[in-house]
Amino acid sequence: MRIFDPHIHMTSRTTDDYEALYAAGVRAVVEPSFWLGQPRTSVDSFTDYFDALLGWEPYRAAQFGIRHHCTIALNPKEANDPRCAGVLDVLPRYLAKDRVVAVGEIGYDSMTPEEDEALARQLALAVEHGLPVLVHTPHRDKAAGTRRTLDVVRESGIPPEHVLVDHLNELTVALVADSGCWMGFSIYPDTKMSEDRMVRILKDHGTARMLVNSAADWGRSDPLKTRKTADAMLAAGFDEDTVDQVMWRNPVAFYGQSGRLDLEDVEADGSALFEGNSVKRGGE
Amino acid sequence: MDPRIPIALDERLTADAAAWLADAVARVGEDPAAVRGVFPAVGRRCGRGPLIAGWTVADAARARLLAALPLSGAALAEEIAALHRYGDSAEQRAVLRSLALLEDTDASFADRGLPLVRAALRSNDTDLIESALGPYAARHLDAEGYRQAVLKSVFCGIPLARIAGLTERADRELARMLADFAHERVAAGRDVPADVWPVVRAHPGTLEASGLPAETGSPSPDRREAAVRALAAFSATATAPAPAGAA
Repeated sequence: MRIFDPHIHMTSRTTDDYEALYAAGVRAVVEPSFWLGQPRTSVDSFTDYFDALLGWEPYRAAQFGIRHHCTIALNPKEANDPRCAGVLDVLPRYLAKDRVVAVGEIGYDSMTPEEDEALARQLALAVEHGLPVLVHTPHRDKAAGTRRTLDVVRESGIPPEHVLVDHLNELTVALVADSGCWMGFSIYPDTKMSEDRMVRILKDHGTARMLVNSAADWGRSDPLKTRKTADAMLAAGFDEDTVDQVMWRNPVAFYGQSGRLDLEDVEADGSALFEGNSVKRGGE
Repeated sequence: MDPRIPIALDERLTADAAAWLADAVARVGEDPAAVRGVFPAVGRRCGRGPLIAGWTVADAARARLLAALPLSGAALAEEIAALHRYGDSAEQRAVLRSLALLEDTDASFADRGLPLVRAALRSNDTDLIESALGPYAARHLDAEGYRQAVLKSVFCGIPLARIAGLTERADRELARMLADFAHERVAAGRDVPADVWPVVRAHPGTLEASGLPAETGSPSPDRREAAVRALAAFSATATAPAPAGAA
């Protein structure tokens, strides 16, 4: 089984996770830039973070046979901090880079005027760079937030097939299905969405434009939720080709619209160095 | 820049890539800020494979974009420094390899690229270190900086033949440092990289002063044997031609 996790924050994960992901069939990931759990206080800490998403992390992933891409954006939560607003001005440099396959995560957190401004500007940047967008939907007031998000997306003029709306649930999936955008589901322990609920949604709404991710990060989360959902699909009677569509072909089709997806077989080359550093420790 | 490089680039580029690069060069010539969008895209547009003389296709294409910038002096240096700051390692190595060309094109660029060379020399990325040690570094690094760069290359396993200006800039103090390095290796029972010997040999007395020859009398067999091997390699080395500061 081959799996593409379209949303996972590997900078927060260990090398054990990379090994387990590979063993579970994960061969490619997209890491959206997002909040780090603690607020950043300057534009420079964002650019260092973006540099790591484009440098150290893909190098680390390659050591374990996994192809790493990223999405770049000013996230909605930090868009509210005036110290970080300057990130919008450096984004064009990063949106030109090879492994950047979308603008994201953008969207709403608390639906403030600052979030409106950041969302609108970044949708315009995506149109300008011909990139898809990864849109985060708010955890609080999700249905209203999703409707408002879809309105802003429509007004921006970006084609709906370039938009992936993420963190959906039973109450928001139909809204996005009708919009023509792609639908993303984050499978989490306890919250957001479970494997079994996901299988029911796929039975009810079909598998077209559907993406499943682990959204694993620094919080309580499970990087193997993609594989567990794939297993739950098989157990519920979906065939292998349909599982491959959801777990591989759909994310490849969505992010492939960037023209920057590079999925040549990743050779796990333990001798490679990144800026002279290796994930190996001394003496190995 | 080696004049064969732009010729090799033109031979290598596909028609599509050549058209893209020509258009990008024209856009940069009209609006220098356009370089910020096209410079990172060069790898996927023109190719990333090796070209000649240690350059990649992308390096040569990026050099052409930088040479097209309608800027000079401090303004040119500022744009270059920002491309380096926001560049990934492929972009950074292309900036470093282009510095001599930038100065050749605009004399007022002068030593303004030196901070980028120094940043590369502080890194542990052998690819960046090697890219930094081209003709531009040979022209502008002071004697102390140049010696340290050579010594770091030896430590990183970068062949000294790839460092520009070694024949002209290797002085007696560098020979002393390399002879001391060789002694340190022998005292650890290890072999010495052969490419340090021409520099040491060009400055008679430096090897003897290092204390390496006395290692042949060491009570430890591994040190004795390493010393014998090192002295044999030294004796078999031809003298480097016309070193700096030689009488």
